[in-house]
Amino acid sequence: MTVILSYFNYWVVVLLMMIGFYGVIAHGNMDKKLMSLGLFQTSVFIMFISAGKVIGGATPILRDGVALHSNPLPHVLILTAIVVGVATTAVGLALAVRIQEAYGTIEDDLIGDPSHEPEEP
Amino acid sequence: MTLTQWMPFIVLMPLILSGVSALLPGKTAPWLLAFATATASTILAALVWLGLGPEPMRYAFGNWAPPMGIEYRVDHANALVALIVSGIASLALLWGKRSADQEIPERQGIFYALFLLALAGLLGITLTGDAFNVFVFLEISSLSTYALVAYGQDRRGLLAAFRYLIMGTIGATFILIGIGFLYMMTGTLNMADLAERIPAVADTNAVRAGFAFIIVGLGLKLALLPLHLWLPNAYAFAPNVITVFLAGTATKVALYVMLRFIYTIFGGDYSFGALPLADIMMVLAVAGMVVGSWVAMFEPNLKRMMAYSSVAQVGYLVLGVALVSIIGLTATFVHLFNHALMKAGLFMALGTVMYRTGSARIEAFYGVGRQMPWTMTAFALLGLSLIGVPATAGFVSKWYLIWGALDAGKVWLVVLILITSLMAVVYIWRVIEAAWFQAPRDQQSPVAEAPKALLIPLWLMVALNIYFGLDTRLSLGAAEQAAQVLLGGF
Repeated sequence: MTVILSYFNYWVVVLLMMIGFYGVIAHGNMDKKLMSLGLFQTSVFIMFISAGKVIGGATPILRDGVALHSNPLPHVLILTAIVVGVATTAVGLALAVRIQEAYGTIEDDLIGDPSHEPEEP
Repeated sequence: MTLTQWMPFIVLMPLILSGVSALLPGKTAPWLLAFATATASTILAALVWLGLGPEPMRYAFGNWAPPMGIEYRVDHANALVALIVSGIASLALLWGKRSADQEIPERQGIFYALFLLALAGLLGITLTGDAFNVFVFLEISSLSTYALVAYGQDRRGLLAAFRYLIMGTIGATFILIGIGFLYMMTGTLNMADLAERIPAVADTNAVRAGFAFIIVGLGLKLALLPLHLWLPNAYAFAPNVITVFLAGTATKVALYVMLRFIYTIFGGDYSFGALPLADIMMVLAVAGMVVGSWVAMFEPNLKRMMAYSSVAQVGYLVLGVALVSIIGLTATFVHLFNHALMKAGLFMALGTVMYRTGSARIEAFYGVGRQMPWTMTAFALLGLSLIGVPATAGFVSKWYLIWGALDAGKVWLVVLILITSLMAVVYIWRVIEAAWFQAPRDQQSPVAEAPKALLIPLWLMVALNIYFGLDTRLSLGAAEQAAQVLLGGF
């Protein structure tokens, strides 16, 4: 029981990561794939943030009377990673829009393998 | 300014000027800017490579002293990779003007801006001495590559780019998880610092898991066999300039980062001891060599064929690593150099034919040998280099790989290398046969020889392939230095 509770964040991370990863593989719809990918990435962000928490530590702002701070570095790293995640989602959605225009659908199963598509004249 | 202060500009020039390129109108100005930038980076990378002493060249960004700040740390291994990447980028651009004008009729400013961003990302991964910085530059290069793959007029490029995005992001996130584990255990992101602190915590599951995540994530970027699925379509349906550029650079950089993690950060003894890494790599490399060559023999789309051949070549590269010897590692670096030259050249040749015929199907190559003799002769010579015929660059790499395999006492590997080389003969011969021994499909409208703007860079690649096949001092010397630096640690 204590194992589950004391590592609560990490269990959430594992759970979210697996839900996201499964979704990326299992969904045929490209929008759902991107959502799952977002979930997968977010779980990693939570992992970093959780690692930065120091038990009993205050917010990392210098002020009188506080000696113990949480580690701010993971927050900064994840700020960068969030930007990367947003950019990935944006590029992915832009591609999905273009695919919708070109193929009329964003269902992977309906499109099939592009290498088998006949050459356009 | 000293050379050390100039060194970061290898990355900064393409990074900053990509913004300028996005604003430039027309077709000539952005290309000229991109080409000038890539060439300047190449020259600077060459100067840095020549100017390196026994100690690595270090530059701390913003004067924040490492390990707190981000530092660039250049030794003989990554200076060589940076030189290859920027050199191939300039050669691809030199060749690609006409091809890009045809395939990308409008908004070329953005196109070249993305190209420069991808180049900056790849160079950044190569030069940085900070593990998290690797992730950031990896994503910079990957995101711009996804957009570039989708930039052509072929709608299949969109699908290829989307699938590449999904797989590439999973790979990059795996690397992020791995770096996260290492940071939790050591409290540092600086590579040299990591190398110092890991031994104390090496025998924990967190470090082992981090190592495994990083290797799998980089394996995805490297297109090592079971993780190669994104590569064939991305190469086949991207605009030709981009295929030339990616074929010579993207997988090479991923391999370099993998070597950096294996040897410098974790240390060779740990990497090959904690996990059965050498055995896994050996199996995957051999499988990649065989499967890649096998599929290439039957692939009707020639750009896809060459992409599968790249999967096989990645197998050779990883095989050199899996031999865990100085000869094997030297073979990997020589092949890194040579394969960039030959595969970029081969894709240039295919792109030159496509400039005239508009298709990469093998039927479109029927009779092309007589109509475009210069292009197809170049293809044949580059093909010989890929096969590994003596007096070409490819021979040097194969020679070293076979030597490494014999040194490790693995005769069966030598047999496999020879068999896969024979498979390369088969798939190169298919093209030669189609080009010279088949009648053209359309007798009425023969295609003309390609313009000189495409032919001259193509023949430059042929010349380089033959030069580095005859005079190996430069390539081999550089590869030996790189291998020694990696084995020596920081």
